[in-house]
Amino acid sequence: MQVQTHVDINSEWGIVAARQAGRKLAREIGFGSVDQARITTAISELARNIYLYANKGQIHIEELTDSGRRGIKILAIDDGPGIKDVRRVMEDGFTTSGGLGAGLPGVKRLMDDFKIDSEVNSGTKITVIKWLR
Amino acid sequence: MEDTKLTMYHLYKEMLNNYLKSKSEHTLYSAQQFSKEMLEKDMSPEEVISLHKSVIQELQQMNNEAVTDFIDSFDILLEVMIGYGLAHREHLSLRDRQRQLESELTVAARMQQSLLPSGKIELNSVDFGVISVPAGKMSGDYYHYFIDEQGHIGAAVADVIGKGVPAAMCMSMIKYAIDSLPEQRLQPAALLENLNRVVARNIDDDMFITMIYGSYDPKAHRFHYSSAGHEPCLFYCAESDTFRELKTKGLVLGVSSKVRYEEYYQDLEPGDFIVLLSDGVTECRIEDEFIDIKQITQLLRKYKHLPAQLMVDQVFSELEKIQDFKLNDDFTLLILRRNV
Repeated sequence: MQVQTHVDINSEWGIVAARQAGRKLAREIGFGSVDQARITTAISELARNIYLYANKGQIHIEELTDSGRRGIKILAIDDGPGIKDVRRVMEDGFTTSGGLGAGLPGVKRLMDDFKIDSEVNSGTKITVIKWLR
Repeated sequence: MEDTKLTMYHLYKEMLNNYLKSKSEHTLYSAQQFSKEMLEKDMSPEEVISLHKSVIQELQQMNNEAVTDFIDSFDILLEVMIGYGLAHREHLSLRDRQRQLESELTVAARMQQSLLPSGKIELNSVDFGVISVPAGKMSGDYYHYFIDEQGHIGAAVADVIGKGVPAAMCMSMIKYAIDSLPEQRLQPAALLENLNRVVARNIDDDMFITMIYGSYDPKAHRFHYSSAGHEPCLFYCAESDTFRELKTKGLVLGVSSKVRYEEYYQDLEPGDFIVLLSDGVTECRIEDEFIDIKQITQLLRKYKHLPAQLMVDQVFSELEKIQDFKLNDDFTLLILRRNV
């Protein structure tokens, strides 16, 4: 049976809870400590974006299996203002100098797959996956 | 664990063991060398810490000492280093992008080189030499020469105000514009007037091109020239062993579409020569001070016994040396000497 967790994000507590759930599942799947930390950071950034820009939303975390491979999938959903120019947000900027932390390009780097759907005034949906090597 | 990681793990463990036993500087030195290898293998900072942690963990099991808190403290360090890891990856991707840009620029520079005339001028009557060296990869200088069936020579040096890629793109326009004006190739003033019209139509107001164009008639031994705001050319008189600037008037290209250019001439005796140059030559700097035109004429005099091509090469290499091999501007030097 596959494990699925939903965490509501509407406060800093939600961010911490999502991190915790993500780290726990990552460990159970068999990720090493570095990847655990990477996955947790990615979840953290996604949750923070929800909290900062949409006020509330959810983080869904689940185990994935695909032709023998195991992985972890994180889905971040909100119905906030959406992102007007996704391409610009995803541009390889200089995250080290920005104040927004890892940002979405950073999340993309930490994970293996990255998908984003965003519509202005209706919300944003981001799916990221990391596979166990 | 992947093979390289496993190797790194063993090497690191051995190194750490050695150090804990001996506390020797030698081991610290190998650690420094090891860090280079880690960077080469694109190991990110968080991977390094995790490596350290797992080695410590193993040592703890062997020593059977309770240092769990110490080991756990690395979890915090790991978390903190994720940000550095991201910066590291970002740096890697920017480095790749830079490499790509560099290689594109190298190709463009090669294309630009191919726009310059390549045939040699081999005449008994005239000794000819030219050198052009960009400050960066691309050049904003342009030179041109050609020779017709009667042995008439047309020669020009142009300088786009500005450097790098925009200047280089401008330069290629100049080349094609000159190529499209074959009838005027021996008429400096008419050529500049036509060229000016093309340039005024095609470039932005904030770009300027200066140019000097000359043609040499080997039967009359007469050098005709016109200038569009360019550095004055130099005339060397062999008999008196003196240099003289050939003063000209003329607006830079591209300012206004209707400009008349005056044409001047200078007669050459055997051994006399004409020097066309770009401001990269006159604006060579030694410790922030522009060199004097006298220093350039001294260099030219020093090497005047050499063939023209060797002369320009020598003058360049000497100016390059006294500037510590840093060029501030594109450098072009062209010499045309009457032999007989």
